[in-house]
Amino acid sequence: MSDQHPAQNLPVPGTARVKRGMAEMLKGGVIMDVVTPDQAKIAEDAGAVAVMALERVPADIRVQGGVARMSDPDMIDGIVSVVSIPVMAKVRIGHFAEAQVLQALDVDYIDESEVLTPADEAHHIDKWPFTVPFVCGATNLGEALRRISEGAAMIRSKGEAGTGNVVEAVRHIRQIRQDLRRLSGLDPAELYGAAKELRAPYELVAEVARTGRLPVVLFTAGGIATPADAAMMMQLGAEGVFVGSGIFKSGDPARRAEAIVKATTFHDDPGVLAQVSRGLGEAMVGINIGSLPESERYADRGW
Amino acid sequence: MTDRPTIGVLALQGDVREHVRMLRGCGADPVLVRRPAELDSVDALVIPGGESTTMAKLAVAFDLIEPLRKRVSAGMPAYGSCAGMIMLADRIVDGVAGQQTVGGLDVVVRRNAFGRQVESFEADVELAGLPGGPVRAVFIRAPWVESAGTPVTVLGRVGSGPALGRIVAVRQQLLLATSFHPELTGDRRVHEYFVNMVRER
Repeated sequence: MSDQHPAQNLPVPGTARVKRGMAEMLKGGVIMDVVTPDQAKIAEDAGAVAVMALERVPADIRVQGGVARMSDPDMIDGIVSVVSIPVMAKVRIGHFAEAQVLQALDVDYIDESEVLTPADEAHHIDKWPFTVPFVCGATNLGEALRRISEGAAMIRSKGEAGTGNVVEAVRHIRQIRQDLRRLSGLDPAELYGAAKELRAPYELVAEVARTGRLPVVLFTAGGIATPADAAMMMQLGAEGVFVGSGIFKSGDPARRAEAIVKATTFHDDPGVLAQVSRGLGEAMVGINIGSLPESERYADRGW
Repeated sequence: MTDRPTIGVLALQGDVREHVRMLRGCGADPVLVRRPAELDSVDALVIPGGESTTMAKLAVAFDLIEPLRKRVSAGMPAYGSCAGMIMLADRIVDGVAGQQTVGGLDVVVRRNAFGRQVESFEADVELAGLPGGPVRAVFIRAPWVESAGTPVTVLGRVGSGPALGRIVAVRQQLLLATSFHPELTGDRRVHEYFVNMVRER
């Protein structure tokens, strides 16, 4: 049927719609950090919508220190081969060659992540030329829009990874939502000044002012450790949840993972939340943000 | 059937909001369905795109899978896009161990049939019975219909590329399914087709 117009109807991969659409399909779901194929299976069995394959969860990166880099391709392949849900992996901020490697490995999404040691102090990756979509962290609307202008197809609020402390995740999602509300109330003539303040392209700022929301999906990350944490973040306007160290640094990962999945779907139903919060064993110990030296605050990485 | 049918969108996980917006634009009353009581109140159901394994687990855990099967087998109209197509399939290939479906469509659906995300794509697809030319079909880690039983009408196939000829849109009486995501485009024709199926019931 397409014989008359073969050139006009070839399949087109990697369009903005295909990249952003992938994130739309993850909404209402939980993406879990995993470091082994066994953990990946536990995550899939618990109902995760995707897994993030990495060598060390953020809590261990904090303890062990050193330069944190993209994971070993063999390790990523090992995880890709055991699960059928999407597999994401992290690259250092600005490290486009690591991103080229991950695209060659057929990962489904790349997280250009502040949890790894930044590779470029001035430039994030130009994400448009890639076929694989990217998710990036943000602490406020301006940062989110700068990442989107570079081609990010999904945003996550940064929080403070590896702390098991939700306070920074709350701060960042509230900030992004407040910035969105403020923008919606501005006079059109004020949007030029707003773009300057936000340090973001005017066209994107004007689009967000008109629609009242980001043009891509907004997840939350960085410190979510309990079902109630996930539910609070969803009620604050996150469209889904990344859980890093919170699951596999806890006493009963399989049970906690499943409970967080249920709490994300039923985030507005306290009866379900009470039921799934029971009998989960020890949560990860956690870190008070005030005790973290500035140099160990990941959210300050990226700009 | 009323002119303004109440159409549920299964809201366990996935691109629920996009389907809600489409249905509203077609003059239907969309409501979210996460519990059996909410399912009881709808005339028809849309199962959105998302992760089928997650949806299936939650539907089982929250005692929704049996009520869904009962409503579908009693003739409730249903439309599934992508993961929703998997949920409506009687049989699936490449699911996870023990993955349950609602069923109803006499088809075998292959999950992630087109490959991983880097193989996801958009292309024009002609749909039988849909006037106005082809739809711009967005395929995201999409399934396809591997084989269809005799009660099933094939509405659309991939028109080019390596998957040429694969079945990506089907109808069986009041059940409709597409491998792709019309809800991600501005084109409401597939949803209008479904809402008209519900109205004409």
